[in-house]
Amino acid sequence: MDVLIANADDVFAGFLMTLRLLLFGGLGAMVIGLIVATMRISPVASLRAFATVYTELVRNIPLTLLLFFMVFVLPLIATSKPPYEVLASIGLAIYTSPFVAEALRSGINGVPVGQAEAARSIGLAFGQTLTLIVLPQALRMVVPPLINVFIALTKNTSVAGGFFVVELFATARQLTNANGQAVIPILIGVACFYLLITIPLGLIAGQIEKKVRVLR
Amino acid sequence: MTHATVLYDAPGPRARTRSRIISVVGVIAVAALLGWVVWRLAQPQVAVNGNVTPSMLSASRWDVLAYGEVWRYIGSGVWNTLRAAAVAMVGALLVGVLFAFGRLADTALIRIPTTVLLEFFRGMPVLLMMLFILLVASTGAFWAVVIALIIYNGAIVGEALRAGIVSLNKGQREAGLSIGLTPVRTRLMIEFPQAFVQMLPILIAQMVVLLKDTSLGYIVAYPELAKTVKDMANYYGNGYMFTFWLVAVVIYLAINLAVSWFGRRMARFAAARGGKADAGPGATDPGGAGPTAAAAGGAAAVAAAGGAAGGAAGGAAGGGSENS
Repeated sequence: MDVLIANADDVFAGFLMTLRLLLFGGLGAMVIGLIVATMRISPVASLRAFATVYTELVRNIPLTLLLFFMVFVLPLIATSKPPYEVLASIGLAIYTSPFVAEALRSGINGVPVGQAEAARSIGLAFGQTLTLIVLPQALRMVVPPLINVFIALTKNTSVAGGFFVVELFATARQLTNANGQAVIPILIGVACFYLLITIPLGLIAGQIEKKVRVLR
Repeated sequence: MTHATVLYDAPGPRARTRSRIISVVGVIAVAALLGWVVWRLAQPQVAVNGNVTPSMLSASRWDVLAYGEVWRYIGSGVWNTLRAAAVAMVGALLVGVLFAFGRLADTALIRIPTTVLLEFFRGMPVLLMMLFILLVASTGAFWAVVIALIIYNGAIVGEALRAGIVSLNKGQREAGLSIGLTPVRTRLMIEFPQAFVQMLPILIAQMVVLLKDTSLGYIVAYPELAKTVKDMANYYGNGYMFTFWLVAVVIYLAINLAVSWFGRRMARFAAARGGKADAGPGATDPGGAGPTAAAAGGAAAVAAAGGAAGGAAGGAAGGGSENS
């Protein structure tokens, strides 16, 4: 325990880096995911096909290999080299984007077709149908799976620790290397930092899910 | 393609023309993008100091793939990946059953600690668990990777099985008990098989996640595919980094897509046999958030989301069921 307290600022810096990866990776994943989801539910067959191929491809590549590409391969191809933190954030964003897209799509498709048909039959235009009927229902269904995606992203930020980004996992590794006698408290302490993010998120997701179920 | 969706009616002639135009433009745009990427890769690099490195597509970067020993290395990497994944998959299913037992136990004495333990295991990164096992139990890299994967995925499988059992028709358990089976045998013979079939898509998706997660072994120095590739790039020279990376990605895609495809077949087979393998969309699990079904009451959400137009079967099936 005293090892953690003695190195509190290191651990805290690692925690901040984890939060930053979560924030930037999450924002990037939301942007890409929104675009892909829009393509997947569009009436245009070819856009749907592109989005499907993208989803299937990215989803089946391990995150380790994506970060490997960002950190080792890309600098060989590109001329300039951004800091590792940026590279890792981009990698995390790309990796997480298909899951965001799937969550969004399942939410929209989870709205019964009858709802939209009813809206059209009382003369609402496409925009009104979307903003008044479909999206409000879809958003409620989307939030829990989206939160689950971000919980996973939180845990996945640890992989960046293996690619020169000094976040929580990398900090834990350094500390255990330096203090072989206090391995267990260090690792449990660091795990608690992760739980600090993931468990509240999980509880929120559960709560929202309960609320949505009452709706229907 | 006239399937009903929430967002739009079946397209008429004008909408069809418009979508055809957008399609053509889209195809051209994607082709242009891919062409640009290939062209960019084919350019020799000129560094600031005037060093010229050959293009990514030049023969000097690919000749290495003609060596027998390279493929021997790659083969050993693939073998290590598959070995770890296979052991961890079997272990995770067994541990998952145990966890589900604990979560559904009648006495709070077993139920509450199991729940806490599950939350703990699900909330921390697998990588941290690997490091923990490596340092504390000093098992060696293989077992560190495998045990961490077993515990973590076992927790998720356990949650999925529990959700499956909770969502079974009422009376299954009572029926088992009433014909004189012990509670444990009722679970094993009546409830688990049904829950298993019902949650098959989610379980398969989780197995793909497990397969991908074996690559975390790279970070704890287990010589699986990613690590092998990195070591080879160090050995033969950084110039081959891109080549080796591409080979690794193609291998991973082949393995994972094969597992997903096989899983879809199994789920369909199970559904045809009378199981309800309709997990609906939303069981997305990016490298292990517990699938949605793992959240409390997830099964209900899954049931509510199922049956929608183009419902992808769980996380494993991307768009395979779009047109079925």
